[in-house]
Amino acid sequence: MKIDREQVMRVAQLARLSFSQEELTTFVAQLNTILDYFDTLQRVDTRDILPTSHPVGTDTPFRDDEVAAFADNALLLQNAPSQEKGCIKVPKVIEQ
Amino acid sequence: MTELYSKTIYELHALLAAGEVTSREITESVLKRIDAVDEKVHAYITVTSDLAREQAQRADERIRSGSAGLLTGIPLAIKDNLCIKGIATTCGSKSLAQFIPPYSATVINALAEQGAVFVGRTNMDEFAMGSSTENSCFGPTRNPWNPALIPGGSSGGSAAAVAADECIAALGTDTGGSIRQPAAFCGLVGLKPTYGRVSRFGLIAFASSLDQVGPMAKDVRDAAMLLNGISGYDRLDSTSANAAVPDYTDLLGKEVAGMRVGIPGEYFTSGLDAGIERAVRESVRVLEGLKMEIREISLPHTEYAVAAYYLVAPAEASSNLARYDGVKYGFRGGEEGGLLDMYTRSRSEGFGVEVKRRIMLGTYALSAGYYDAYYKKASQVRTLVRDDFSSAFRECDVIITPTCPNPPFSLGEKLHDPLSVYLADIFTVPASLAGIPGISVPCGFTEDGLPIGIQILANFFREETLLQVAHAYEQNTTWHNRKPPLAPEKDLISFK
Repeated sequence: MKIDREQVMRVAQLARLSFSQEELTTFVAQLNTILDYFDTLQRVDTRDILPTSHPVGTDTPFRDDEVAAFADNALLLQNAPSQEKGCIKVPKVIEQ
Repeated sequence: MTELYSKTIYELHALLAAGEVTSREITESVLKRIDAVDEKVHAYITVTSDLAREQAQRADERIRSGSAGLLTGIPLAIKDNLCIKGIATTCGSKSLAQFIPPYSATVINALAEQGAVFVGRTNMDEFAMGSSTENSCFGPTRNPWNPALIPGGSSGGSAAAVAADECIAALGTDTGGSIRQPAAFCGLVGLKPTYGRVSRFGLIAFASSLDQVGPMAKDVRDAAMLLNGISGYDRLDSTSANAAVPDYTDLLGKEVAGMRVGIPGEYFTSGLDAGIERAVRESVRVLEGLKMEIREISLPHTEYAVAAYYLVAPAEASSNLARYDGVKYGFRGGEEGGLLDMYTRSRSEGFGVEVKRRIMLGTYALSAGYYDAYYKKASQVRTLVRDDFSSAFRECDVIITPTCPNPPFSLGEKLHDPLSVYLADIFTVPASLAGIPGISVPCGFTEDGLPIGIQILANFFREETLLQVAHAYEQNTTWHNRKPPLAPEKDLISFK
């Protein structure tokens, strides 16, 4: 399967990444080389083979949903790039 | 007399227990060593001398009071993707360069409770994506055996720190070989546990169905002791295995005669370096000499493992790394244009090129119209790779392979050829996809004097067997006793 420049730009948008024209050119070439290689998988017969998403296949462990206070709110907030009055500040979300 | 920094965990424990040295003395010896050689090696992103001295003092009090454990007072290096509360944890990324974790990883808490000393945070490929430690926003680490070469990766900083005696042992993490490959390239022992054996809580996620924390050490006994210190169930990790943990030193020194060793033909193909093949074949003869039974086995889907891995791991990474949006923590780009532009700027400026490449691959593999052809197909092939091992372990107790097909390459050599770097993971990714444990042990040197590793694989939760065989091999060879000739300063190019 081949991926063209426009598809790479669309994937970048999905991934919330932006690239310069030069970076795009490099990426299109490299991604195509890698995707070509991935095509070797098409040689494998996987009819009736269940996919593995987890190597050990444990059941979901359940526990009671108990509220526990986090001890260090100040430490959490300290990592926020922008904050005010104990809240995390972001650019305006709702358009007028 | 050998310096304290060059000793093993068990040697130092014996000295500490006998009151012949203090943790303070060992810690100062290691910190001095870091001062002397890290400018050349660049194994560390952060040296945590204050924390280390404080921990050493507490360790000494504990030793005096008679309540010391086997890791009490031992200086360890920690890969920079394991959270330590209050200590910068960068993951080798600009996006986390200012991140101070508000909590510690479970493995960190466990080691701290046992009285271990943390001397520093080791360099790594950004978000553990890479095989060379060149993809770190803090610059590359150099191989202590030859500073022109890469140490391997992504746990290259931990590997180089152990090899250069800049710590007694280290924690690394392994998603597709990131403990085993740098251990092979730097001439040490590195073990990736069974998926679920060691808690991932507080490990900054790369690919959640593959990531495992494991020990990197100067010899097999040290690796077993450190594995003892980090293994076990953790209710904070929903994939943690609720299974009993044996003492991993119990089988060390026990007879291996009669155990069955599988040699998979698929790992000895034309791409394998001749010197490495010779060393691995010679190692097999050593095991044969210990009366182990050698058998040819087949792992027929090996050739598809790299493709499957480089779809599964980036797919999981693209999802895991969606959290780096510059809102709650991490690097925030400019806010002009609104929230979406801020997300895009934060990510585009915060991530390096390899991380972006993998996010792109993963996003593509999961996107509508391509999911079946890529992600689902890769997950099915993963089942086949896993089934290959299940069949093989009906015929043998351990499997022996080379850890890597080639010796370490030069810094900068492969920066523009990502596929060739991915392909070199061929011998380590199959065990990662399957979830089984693997260890790399020194098994010789190339003509250029570079370390070579053999990989030993065992079935789920058979780390004991791995360590038993690795120890038997090690005790009948001398490779692990060699130390790198840290080149004099004048021969080195500065990497600053």
